[in-house]
Amino acid sequence: MTSRPIHTPNRPPAVIAVVLFAIAAITYWDASQMTTRAAYGMSASAASYFVALLFAVLAAGHLVSAFKPSDVEVEVADWKAVGWIGLALCGLIGSIWLGGGFILGATLLFALTARAFGRRAFLVDLCLGAAIGVFVFLLFNKLLTLALPQGPLEKLF
Amino acid sequence: MDSISFLIEGFALAIQPANLVYAAIGVMIGTAVGVLPGIGPALTVALLLPVTFKLDPGGSIIMFAGIYYGGMYGGSTTAILLNTPGESASVVTALEGNKMARSGRGGPALATAAIGSFVAALIATLGLAFLAPILVKVAVKFGPWDYFGLMLIAFVTVSATFGSSPMRGLTSLAFGLWLGLMGIDQLTGQARLTFGVPELLDGVEVTTLAVGLFAIGEAFLVASRHFHKPDKPIPVKGSIWMTKEDWGRSWKPWLRGTVLGFPIGALPAGGAEIPTFLSYNIERKLSRKPEEFGQGAIEGVAGPEAANNASAAGTLVPLLTLGLPTSATAAVMLAGFQQYNIQPGPLLFTQHADLVWGLVASLFIANVMLLVLNLPLVGMWVKLLKIPLPWLYAGILVFASMGTIAANPSVVELLLLTGFGVIGFLMRRYDYPIAPAVVGLILGPLADNALRRSLQMSLGDPMILFQHPSSAIMLAIATIALIAPFIFRGLSRFQHDED
Repeated sequence: MTSRPIHTPNRPPAVIAVVLFAIAAITYWDASQMTTRAAYGMSASAASYFVALLFAVLAAGHLVSAFKPSDVEVEVADWKAVGWIGLALCGLIGSIWLGGGFILGATLLFALTARAFGRRAFLVDLCLGAAIGVFVFLLFNKLLTLALPQGPLEKLF
Repeated sequence: MDSISFLIEGFALAIQPANLVYAAIGVMIGTAVGVLPGIGPALTVALLLPVTFKLDPGGSIIMFAGIYYGGMYGGSTTAILLNTPGESASVVTALEGNKMARSGRGGPALATAAIGSFVAALIATLGLAFLAPILVKVAVKFGPWDYFGLMLIAFVTVSATFGSSPMRGLTSLAFGLWLGLMGIDQLTGQARLTFGVPELLDGVEVTTLAVGLFAIGEAFLVASRHFHKPDKPIPVKGSIWMTKEDWGRSWKPWLRGTVLGFPIGALPAGGAEIPTFLSYNIERKLSRKPEEFGQGAIEGVAGPEAANNASAAGTLVPLLTLGLPTSATAAVMLAGFQQYNIQPGPLLFTQHADLVWGLVASLFIANVMLLVLNLPLVGMWVKLLKIPLPWLYAGILVFASMGTIAANPSVVELLLLTGFGVIGFLMRRYDYPIAPAVVGLILGPLADNALRRSLQMSLGDPMILFQHPSSAIMLAIATIALIAPFIFRGLSRFQHDED
């Protein structure tokens, strides 16, 4: 684009509009797959059709506002920090998925999140995270009798 | 009056040692999270839901209510000493309160906030005790069509008043409704939007959504903007006691704040923010020393603080009598009731009378505990602000994820939690309100059921909704509330333009 119009279309509402349209389409498709009908009144699919319609209307609304100047100021974000938290959550999910257990997952989650918030003492945080993980595990599994996922470490208790 | 005899029975239950302990834990946690910036009562209750799953329902609910009240008290401390409101209901308190602290009057500011909160919560809880039974008498006559109308009002008002534009609120609501569709339909047994994933057949857990949106989303947001370093708290100098003049200038704002906060809190989507703004403006107009406003006027702390505590009690009225949450915390508390298979509403007062009145009575007790915690012990809470932010948020994330997997140990649940966290982050970043999504997930399936039951009773005739005057009026109110903000653009913004 060489000549920019006065209103630069702002991107976030446009992207959101596309996402909302996609959800509307998925919901509509899902509702059309439901075959059982109710004897009287509304079937289970009616609510789905309604929500699909709501999404379509909202998507249209977002599309309109995409051509207006933005009314919210979006702050500069520290995407590196966001990435660290993402990594921290992946650490937990990975540990549970691969059978590493809760304590290992919690340790990774704690240390990597602390890193996201700008701490550099990674080893200290790992130890602290492990201590919290053990404490929480004992509290939950022994005191509250809720089952947290177990891995090799947890079997020791 | 019935209320008095019920209240006495309630007190008998509330002073049992176990319930006193629950109340004490609740108010301590509530004050702590109120003091800590970025963690509100809604998030805290959401975090505790899975942990309390196997505890006594009565005790847990007493604890949740203690957290709610405590959060309202604690928020003022951060607002006054740090100029960082702990939660949105304390934004106004920071205006005058922080100015008072800067000019060495932090003590009286904290005192008028705490005593004002006490007075307001006391009066408003009495209001709850006497108003709730009257509402229940009306509500037992409600048919499914009336509930459908009520839920529509809740949907519309929640999404139109929270956040910066009705469209953003409705989008958040739609997201919640969409999640509410997931799982097996209760009436026909068909799966909706499960995409063949067996873990989704039970639907999306409210706690997973609430914890993901509130806790994980907040952590993402705070990390993404941690260039903005928080301020150091202002040490409290001099006497914390109020002078005779302070008392004279405080008591009327307390009462006026209560009168504003309680009814607005009880209205659908009234919340705590609007009455605090209204109270601040009224006090500025009525003050004999209006020139002090902006420089640290004690009325500007006393009124809004009373208003936000009164609104917390007001919120409990529709929650307990109708099962309608009107604030984010109330929405999460509703999920708390549901995890014990207790459905708030008119039947709650007959089926679980002891639980309700025990709860109301322990609110009085919690209120006294909070006055003690917040006046003589205020220094202890300020020390909490010394916890390094990285550890605080790392701890929150560990607590959040463990609660979720303890309730439902599966990787799918964790993936959902992370997904909701990312969505919560994006919603905050682009100014979409969170509460409508939670309300949509909780009330969506209930509204669906209410409508379908109405239509079954009328053999499919939708006119049943309009033939009953009560539901017709409610549908009209919902329609007006939906259309009005788009017509009067200024009206929906008034809470933001208010300064």
